[in-house]
Amino acid sequence: MTSPSTPPPAGAGGPRPVLEAHGIRKRFPGVLALDGVSLRLFPGEVHALMGENGAGKSTLIKVLTGVHPADGGTVLVDGRPHAFTDPLQAQRAGISTVYQEVNLCPNLSVAENILIGREPRRFGLVRWSETRRRAAELLTELELGLDVTRPLGAHSLAVQQLVAIVRAVDVSAKVLVLDEPTSSLDREEVAQLFGLVRRLRDRGVAILFVTHFLDQVFDLCDRVTVLRGGRLEGEYPIAELTPVTLVQRMIGGELATLDQLSGRAHGQGAERAAGEPFLRARRLTRAGSIEPYDLDIHAGEVIGLAGLLGSGRTEAARLLFGADGADAGEVSIEGRRAPLRSPRHAIARGIAFCSENRKSEGLVGELTVRENIVLALQAARGWTRPLTRAKQDELARHWIEALDIRPADPEAQVRHLSGGNQQKVLLARWLLTEPRLLILDEPTRGIDIGAKAEIQKLVARLADEGTAVLFISAELEEVLRLSHRIAVLRDHRMVATLANDGTVTPERLLTTIATGTDS
Amino acid sequence: MSTGTADTAARRARPFPAVSPRTRTRVPLLVTAGLLVVMFGVGSVRYEGFLSAQVVLNLLIDNGFLLVVAVGATFVILTGGIDLSIGSMVALSTMLTAWLVQSHGWPLAAVIPLVLLTGAASGALMGWIIHTFEIQPFIVTLAGMFLARGLCYTISTESITIDDPATTGAAQTRLYGPGGLFVSIPVLIALAVLVTAFVVLHHTRFGRNVYALGGNESSARLMGLPTGATKVAVYGVSGLCSALGGLLLTLYTLSGYALHAMGMELDAIAATVIGGTLLTGGSGFVLGTALGVLVLGMIQTLVNFQGTLSSWWTRIVIGALLLVFIVLQRLLGGRRSTAR
Amino acid sequence: MTPQPATSGAAGGIGRRTAGHRLLWPALVLLALLLGNLAFHHDFFSVRVRDGHLYGSLVDILRFGAPLVLVALGMTLVIATRGIDLSVGSTVAIAGALACGHLAGAARPGSVAATLTAVGLALGVALVLGLANGLLVSGLGVQPIVATLILMVAGRGVAQLITDGQIVTVTSAPYKMIGGGYWLSLPFAVLLAAVLVALTSFVTRRSALGMLIESVGGNPTASRLVGIRAGGLLVLVYVFSALCAAVAGLMISSNVSSADGNNAGLWIELDAILAVVVGGTALTGGRFSLGGTVLGALVIQTLSTTVYTLGVPPETTLVFKAFVVIVVCLVQSPVFRAKAVRRRAATPRPPTTAGATPQEQEARA
Repeated sequence: MTSPSTPPPAGAGGPRPVLEAHGIRKRFPGVLALDGVSLRLFPGEVHALMGENGAGKSTLIKVLTGVHPADGGTVLVDGRPHAFTDPLQAQRAGISTVYQEVNLCPNLSVAENILIGREPRRFGLVRWSETRRRAAELLTELELGLDVTRPLGAHSLAVQQLVAIVRAVDVSAKVLVLDEPTSSLDREEVAQLFGLVRRLRDRGVAILFVTHFLDQVFDLCDRVTVLRGGRLEGEYPIAELTPVTLVQRMIGGELATLDQLSGRAHGQGAERAAGEPFLRARRLTRAGSIEPYDLDIHAGEVIGLAGLLGSGRTEAARLLFGADGADAGEVSIEGRRAPLRSPRHAIARGIAFCSENRKSEGLVGELTVRENIVLALQAARGWTRPLTRAKQDELARHWIEALDIRPADPEAQVRHLSGGNQQKVLLARWLLTEPRLLILDEPTRGIDIGAKAEIQKLVARLADEGTAVLFISAELEEVLRLSHRIAVLRDHRMVATLANDGTVTPERLLTTIATGTDS
Repeated sequence: MSTGTADTAARRARPFPAVSPRTRTRVPLLVTAGLLVVMFGVGSVRYEGFLSAQVVLNLLIDNGFLLVVAVGATFVILTGGIDLSIGSMVALSTMLTAWLVQSHGWPLAAVIPLVLLTGAASGALMGWIIHTFEIQPFIVTLAGMFLARGLCYTISTESITIDDPATTGAAQTRLYGPGGLFVSIPVLIALAVLVTAFVVLHHTRFGRNVYALGGNESSARLMGLPTGATKVAVYGVSGLCSALGGLLLTLYTLSGYALHAMGMELDAIAATVIGGTLLTGGSGFVLGTALGVLVLGMIQTLVNFQGTLSSWWTRIVIGALLLVFIVLQRLLGGRRSTAR
Repeated sequence: MTPQPATSGAAGGIGRRTAGHRLLWPALVLLALLLGNLAFHHDFFSVRVRDGHLYGSLVDILRFGAPLVLVALGMTLVIATRGIDLSVGSTVAIAGALACGHLAGAARPGSVAATLTAVGLALGVALVLGLANGLLVSGLGVQPIVATLILMVAGRGVAQLITDGQIVTVTSAPYKMIGGGYWLSLPFAVLLAAVLVALTSFVTRRSALGMLIESVGGNPTASRLVGIRAGGLLVLVYVFSALCAAVAGLMISSNVSSADGNNAGLWIELDAILAVVVGGTALTGGRFSLGGTVLGALVIQTLSTTVYTLGVPPETTLVFKAFVVIVVCLVQSPVFRAKAVRRRAATPRPPTTAGATPQEQEARA
């Protein structure tokens, strides 16, 4: 993979990148997470790193900051090669990272969080007044006014984020990696954070900024590196991109081929969307995860949720399953109000939800395929009304055959199955409860082509049989092929609902995702 | 490889509770202090001879060893760990001391450093196992508990009484102050331990690392703090304190016995919790632990003064207090529901 | 499609073999201990019939091991949910104290009615204690180790309060039956424990209880999303644990015809945890094995007997238990296993990740 090189940005601090990565390769069991990825970071620039699920952003950052050692390639800091094996080495070389989960200690004061491990001491004892003075000084320098004696946990997440940055910069001020720092901040807090980032940039710090928010990239960044499927897609000055072209590069796929899609869902949208919806959500919202949205889902209808990773797709769906509690808004099912306070409530009303995190939120790895398949049905019945072993075996055999789960052994531990087969087990679990509404969050991610096609076919068949389906996917092709209507999410807002009646071209969908307006 | 909902879920969980962390640590402490004052007040009103400075000093004389081991327990609990081996380590120390002094005629001055070293080393060893193999502290210190108690019995199943003059002399020394008030040498040692622990926890990097470790271990590691060394050291401190507590108990009872200090780890943990330290770690004061020890001692004293109450009421009241404080900690918003 | 039945058969065989291996190692350890004893005492395996009752070392192990089996039984379910119950020792003491206290004060302590009332009283109070633990854990979300610590501390005081600090002695033939009696020439305690184990096994495996408990312990997040009511299950396992402990308490006090609030069931919680862990149920929750727990409890009991027959002070059993704890925990620790694998880097087999099979775990021990 060759990197389309662009000249260093005009006005950058120096001709040489402060951080340079060449041909980074990283393999995890079964996946080549990074395949010859390169990255250049110049002093005094804010550089965005973008990519969809599985693009390799997180892995690249982990390699650069020493969390994972790379399997191949070189990392140069100030032109000297380094092979970091733990984050402290990276820190000493001048690369500090601020994660989305603030990695500070909420129980300690702001001053301590900034200086712990480096407190001024006399005779082995910490000089508290000096510590506070220095911390206050650092904050003032960056135009932040905070009471340094208060415990960090008493401050908002945004302020904690700022404190984390101040600490990172004070530890080593060459390269600052910000890993999705703005995911849970509101507009004002983001502005405050950006103010700080700009001040640091002006002092010559190189900032690598990972985010899902398009606006923020155009607002703040000078250049952008786009990854796709573990490979380098390209490195561009931000001025040369528009939101649409950026999203195109992230999502990839030739638009021409997308165009030729046979639209099997086209045309039926209108008739399926007629009548009383099965589920109607109004002004449903949860602070920090999704702005108020409206959604109607009819029986037999496939609604696609499209949007970039982190746009609020999953968050919107979780509210409909009661996996997270909504702060406001209401849901009615078949015309009757139905507060979905917990998954139990939702399941009782015929809603099923396949999480995108199969391992952590879906399957119980130690249990067998059979047990995982019957789990939802059994949970609904309660433990006192067991399914007999014969019934369990029958159900398991039936679904193993129906979905072609391999190995076809109901007593195999589910954790030993491949991703696609695990996904099928999860589907089987919910299908045998005969749900009225099936929510599928990225059901085809990370599974092989064959399994993917089978799952797509299954979704279409379920809808034909009258099941309502909410289908979340990062792949526009899939969404366009399967959905009768498509709800587009962007920056935690539902920005449009498009009837997939043949007029929705991939370009139109892409533009909506990228700009937030359907034009 | 990319962010998933695991992160999202963590983000969704509110990172800070409704009550500010400072209130959270102060409320239990104030409750404990108030409790102490009330108990002393009630005692003074109800019982003759209760309202005297010597009663307070006697609290320290009778509970000096508990104060020392509770200080050790505080270090461990502040990191979010737990040490169940405390009582057994205390017993082993009394046994070792009595055996070496009485049966082998070693001078006390030589025995003391040996016992302290044994305690610190075994604590550190447990800490090393906990850290290196990522095994739950509770099960590792459980093994330590079995081992130490079992070793007591290999020394002797009987109680060993000490009549070595130097030891009895040290034990019986009374240090008189103004007004005929007196304390024993162990009291001074216990207070010295308390002050040292305070200084270490609040004014040294090691102490601050202890708090950081309890606040968020992975953060502490990413901030470049020596989490492993801190963990090993913390259990070492607890072992050291247990050994010292054992020495003080030996002086107090002038004997070594395998059945000494049964369940003392529970008293130490209770004192720490009642003193306002969160069992999830990261928050608390060693001076609060001292208050907690005084509360436990005061309960004992009140039960004694009452005369009609039996000793088991002490345990019941301690249990009730523990319940109240643990529920209080939860309601004031403990951050994490599970700690390893 | 044709080759699939064959594949499935083979895979099923592997599955069953693995399940067999879960019990294999505790069984082998037990066997080794027993054979070791045989080497010292050649009549160790001999079982005699005297007065129509079975006697012998093996019978003694079963008889004295019965209370531990019961406590460990309850503990297994608690541990399967990722919990722990430290309060069982106190519950043992309280149950014994309540029953003996009631019988001592009864007009006709020898009557079956009085005995049944005593048993009912003990079980009723245990139910309340278990409920308290369960609600603290599931309702308030207190860590199990902390929640049950409260009762562990206070419980012994309560037991002594009930017995007034005395050792309460009772003479009641029906009560004596529970822990010290014989039925059909077999010790009644052993029969009782066997029945309860069988019943628990039946209920957990025939109802969906076992599966749901394993699901909650194995993956709490997924269990919530699949609609399992974890709260109720948690309360249930703590109540069950308390009831098991209470029955064990009745056995212990019945066997010696007295209740000792201070010493009855001392450290039985630790022995029970040990039995569960030795039996192959991980402290991290999930899959549990009742059969393994029974074997584990018998291993612990045989260990005590062995130390006794060796003629060393019986209290030094603790030292042996300490080593068992350390070894078992090291073997179960993924980090330790990873290190062991790394040390044997020369072996061609690629290092398995967290999912090393039980055989491999044990082999490395």
